[in-house]
Amino acid sequence: MSFINYSSREINCKIVYYGPGLCGKTTNLQYVYNKTSPDAKGKMISLATETERTLFFDFLPLSLGEIRGFKTRFHLYTVPGQVFYDASRKLILKGVDGVVFVADSQIERMEANLESVENLRINLGEQGYDLDRVPYVVQYNKRDLPNAASLDHLRRELNPRGVPDFEATATTGVGVFDTLKMVAKLVLQELRRGSEAPTAAAPSMPPRRGPVG
Amino acid sequence: MSQQTVLYEAEYELIKKICDRLVREANAKVVFLVDKNGQLIASSGETAHLDTTSLASLTAGNIAATGGIAKLINEKEFSQIFHEGERDNLHISIIGQRVILVVIFDQRSSLGLVRLRVRKASEELNQVFNVISQKAELPGASPFAEISDDDIDSLFSS
Ligand SMILES: Nc1nc2c(ncn2[C@@H]2O[C@H](COP(=O)(O)OP(=O)(O)O)[C@@H](O)[C@H]2O)c(=O)[nH]1
Ligand SMILES: [Mg+2]
Repeated sequence: MSFINYSSREINCKIVYYGPGLCGKTTNLQYVYNKTSPDAKGKMISLATETERTLFFDFLPLSLGEIRGFKTRFHLYTVPGQVFYDASRKLILKGVDGVVFVADSQIERMEANLESVENLRINLGEQGYDLDRVPYVVQYNKRDLPNAASLDHLRRELNPRGVPDFEATATTGVGVFDTLKMVAKLVLQELRRGSEAPTAAAPSMPPRRGPVG
Repeated sequence: MSQQTVLYEAEYELIKKICDRLVREANAKVVFLVDKNGQLIASSGETAHLDTTSLASLTAGNIAATGGIAKLINEKEFSQIFHEGERDNLHISIIGQRVILVVIFDQRSSLGLVRLRVRKASEELNQVFNVISQKAELPGASPFAEISDDDIDSLFSS
């Protein structure tokens, strides 16, 4: 659920990176963090176990620039992938505006990928969201590994609906920003759609009240 | 997916006033207000040295986790949470089940005083948030109804 603040002239949106354990969600955020200039990012927070497995979430606030005088900020979150952290995953999905599904391309992780997509669909459903309607991008990560499944195979299994998808190697950054830009774009487009006045029937309210700027 | 929080100047001013007063009347160091999704709404007091964005996200995570625990033990919600530190203490409360009010205070204040002042501020804030949610239901209340594909693309051109 996006948050528009007329006073600070900011818009905040929430993007969640979802996927099975060890698929590379945290690595995606780390790469974005490392490649973003200091003035465009806040601190990256990782609530992790001693072995660097995500325990609750990673969080990275990013500013993308201005649209129509509003600063656009994206809050990126990752979820813990392991099956037993399901309760935490549900919490993190609250108020989400866009989802990136990070798949592990390794052929032996196919079942874990499928299980995770299914879990995403259920958990979104519990929040009243429909995976088929949420801004949604799929990333096939770990393309550099020799045991990676073919792109065709991954697409067939994980992206039957044909949403925007990208091949990636998060450790070196391949595909990381393409993925992020696409989901951000879909979120902004959704925002526009969601804020269109229904029709001529209802007069649209002038948004600006009181002194602005 | 179209529900969103929209905060206008007029309500923001009201919220800010309530938070400023709470800092004074509770002898607090910092007061801030966060929505349940982790977005900062307003802050008052000695915030210059604070990473309020991170604080907002972690506070919301904290409340979400505590709420999850409450459900598991068949409690509705813990409406107030208190963390005691060596120097600073944290009082967290949930207002009208939608926003989170955080007060940071030290030995210049006390838990009793904070709770007393928070109670009054909560009622006032709740009223403001009622107005905000009524306004959110009005159509077209967003500057983003008119953005173009070019506007969106320009964000990514650099
Ligand atoms: N070879 C390879 N390893 C990767 C890639 N992305 C992530 N990894 C590694 O996979 C492991 C798990 O990554 P992490 O980001 O912690 O996974 P998460 O559980 O989804 O957050 C780490 O050792 C990463 O270095 C990739 O594209 N290629
Ligand atoms: Mg992780």
